[in-house]
Amino acid sequence: MKEDFAISVRELTKRFNDFTAVNAITFDVKQGEIFGFLGANGAGKTTAMRMLCGLSFPTSGQAMVAGYDLYQDAEKIKKSIGYMSQKFSLYEDLTIRENIRFYGGIYGLNDHEIKSKTETLVHQLHLEEQVNKLVKSLPLGWKQKLSFSVAMIHQPKIVFLDEPTGGVDPITRREFWTLIYQAASKGTTVFVTTHYMDEAEYCDRVSIMVDGRIDALDTPLELKRKFNAPSMEEVFVQLARKAKRGD
Amino acid sequence: MIAVKVDSVKKTFKAEKSVVTALQKITFDVSKGELFGLIGPDGAGKTTLFRILTTLMLADEGTATVDGFDVVRDYKEIRKRVGYMPGRFSLYQDLTVEENLSFFATLFNTSLEENYDLVKAIYQQIEPFKKRRAGALSGGMKQKLALSCALIHRPSVLFLDEPTTGVDAVSRKEFWELLRDLQKHQITIIVSTPYMDEASLCDRVALMQNGKIMEINSPKGITENFKKPLWAVRGENMYQLMQTLQASEAIDSCYPFGQYHHVTFTHAIPDSQATSELAKIAPVLEVQKISATIEDCFMELMRQ
Repeated sequence: MKEDFAISVRELTKRFNDFTAVNAITFDVKQGEIFGFLGANGAGKTTAMRMLCGLSFPTSGQAMVAGYDLYQDAEKIKKSIGYMSQKFSLYEDLTIRENIRFYGGIYGLNDHEIKSKTETLVHQLHLEEQVNKLVKSLPLGWKQKLSFSVAMIHQPKIVFLDEPTGGVDPITRREFWTLIYQAASKGTTVFVTTHYMDEAEYCDRVSIMVDGRIDALDTPLELKRKFNAPSMEEVFVQLARKAKRGD
Repeated sequence: MIAVKVDSVKKTFKAEKSVVTALQKITFDVSKGELFGLIGPDGAGKTTLFRILTTLMLADEGTATVDGFDVVRDYKEIRKRVGYMPGRFSLYQDLTVEENLSFFATLFNTSLEENYDLVKAIYQQIEPFKKRRAGALSGGMKQKLALSCALIHRPSVLFLDEPTTGVDAVSRKEFWELLRDLQKHQITIIVSTPYMDEASLCDRVALMQNGKIMEINSPKGITENFKKPLWAVRGENMYQLMQTLQASEAIDSCYPFGQYHHVTFTHAIPDSQATSELAKIAPVLEVQKISATIEDCFMELMRQ
C-alpha cells in the first residue's frame, strides 16, 4: 500500500455471523480527491464507511486511512478525519456558537483557536446574526452547511460525508457542493455518499457497491463510456439491478 | 369528481418567541384517481398539510374536504377512508409483519384476505419474512410493509409522506411503478417528495417552498412555462466555469446539473450566437439548447 493515498483499502471484509456485509473490497483514494461512494440501500456502504472511520472492526483485510493502520491506530484515524451525517451531527439544544465550541473542544483546539475559528466560520456562512440562536431554529440547509464546517473544524485530512444533501431545496444542494469543491481545492480528501445521481457526476471518481462488493470504480466519464450509458443514473441502475440480496 | 379540496388553509406554529408559518393560505384540488405530487424540500409544509388532511391536526384558517367530508366536522368518516403512510416508520416494531397487518386490518374491521387483490403485488415481496418482527426488517421492506398496512382497508385516498427519501435510485423507480399500479384500483394518491425528478411521474404536481405553493400544473405544463432559452454547457474545469459564468453580467443563472451547467442569459440573444457569446466569457467545450427540467423550473420559481 502506498503512503501517498488518503485511503488505501485491500480485501477489506466485514461479516456478521454468516452474512458478509462487505466482501473483500479493494480501492485507493488520492489526496484531495472527491470520491463518490455509491450503492443501493443495503449494499454495504455504511458498514464500509464505519470501518474506515475506525468505528467498526474489520473481519479481515487491510486498510490505511490518513496514513494510519486501521488495526493499530484507530484512535489516530479518528483524530485525522471529519465525519458528517444527516442524522447525527449538531446538538439542536445548543446555540451555533456553543456547537462550534463543543466540537472545537472535542478535537483539542485551545480557547484561542476556538475563538478565531468561530469568527471565520460564522463569517463564511453569513451566520453573524444567528450565532447565539439554537441550532434547532435554523433551516435544514444552514444546519447542513454548519455541520459540514464543524466536521472540518480541526482541518482533517479526510472528511466523510454520509448523504449530506438529503431533503434540501435544489439551490441549497448546489451551494453545499460549492463547499465540497472549496474543501477539496485546499487539499482535503472528500469521501461522500449520495442518492442524487447528478451529484455522482461532480465527483472525481465514483465507486459503486453491489451486494457487498465494489463492482465499478472510475471517473464518471469513463464509467459512462464503459457501460455505454448517457448518465451516471443509468450506470447505477444497470449495476444495482444486478443485486441479488434484498436491502 | 374532486377527491381532495383545500381552500385557503393556513397553519402557524409558535417556536420560542417567534411564530413560524408552516402553510400560507394554500388552495388546490385533487381529482378522483389522480396521482398528485407535493414537491418541495424540508420545511415546505408538506407534512403539515398531510396532517391536516388526515385529521391529525387542525388548521388555523381555511377549510378542507376529503372525499367530500369536512376535515373538522367529519373527521371520523375521513379516518375510515384514508390511508396514511407517515414519513417516519410508525408500525409496531415488536410485532411481526403478519401481526402488524392483521392489527391494522382488525382496526378497520377487515382482513388481509378481503383486500388481497389490492396489496398482493406489494405484500408478496415481504411475505417470505412474515414471521419476522417489523423492527428487524431492512429499510426497503419496512417501507413495503407500511404501504401494505396503509392499504389494508382499501382506502379511497392514500397519503404518502416522503416514501422515497433516503432510498436508492433503483428502489425509487420500483416504488413509483407500484404507485402506478395502485392507480388502476381507482385510488387517489397524494405523495410528497424532495426529489424533483419524481415530479415527472405524477399526473399533476404542486411545487412547494416555505409554506407556499409556487405553481400547480402537470409536469409538462410546468416545464413548458419555463420561458427563457436554456443552455447546457460543458467545459474542461466545471467548477471554474461555473464561477466565471456566475460572475458574468451577461449570465442570468448558472447551475450545475451533473455533467453540464444549465445556463440562461440576462438578455435575449439569437440561438446561433449562444456558443460564441459563452466563449467570450469562458472556455467552453460544448453548448446545446435544452428543455427545462422540473428542477430548473423549481429554482427559477425560488428566485422570483
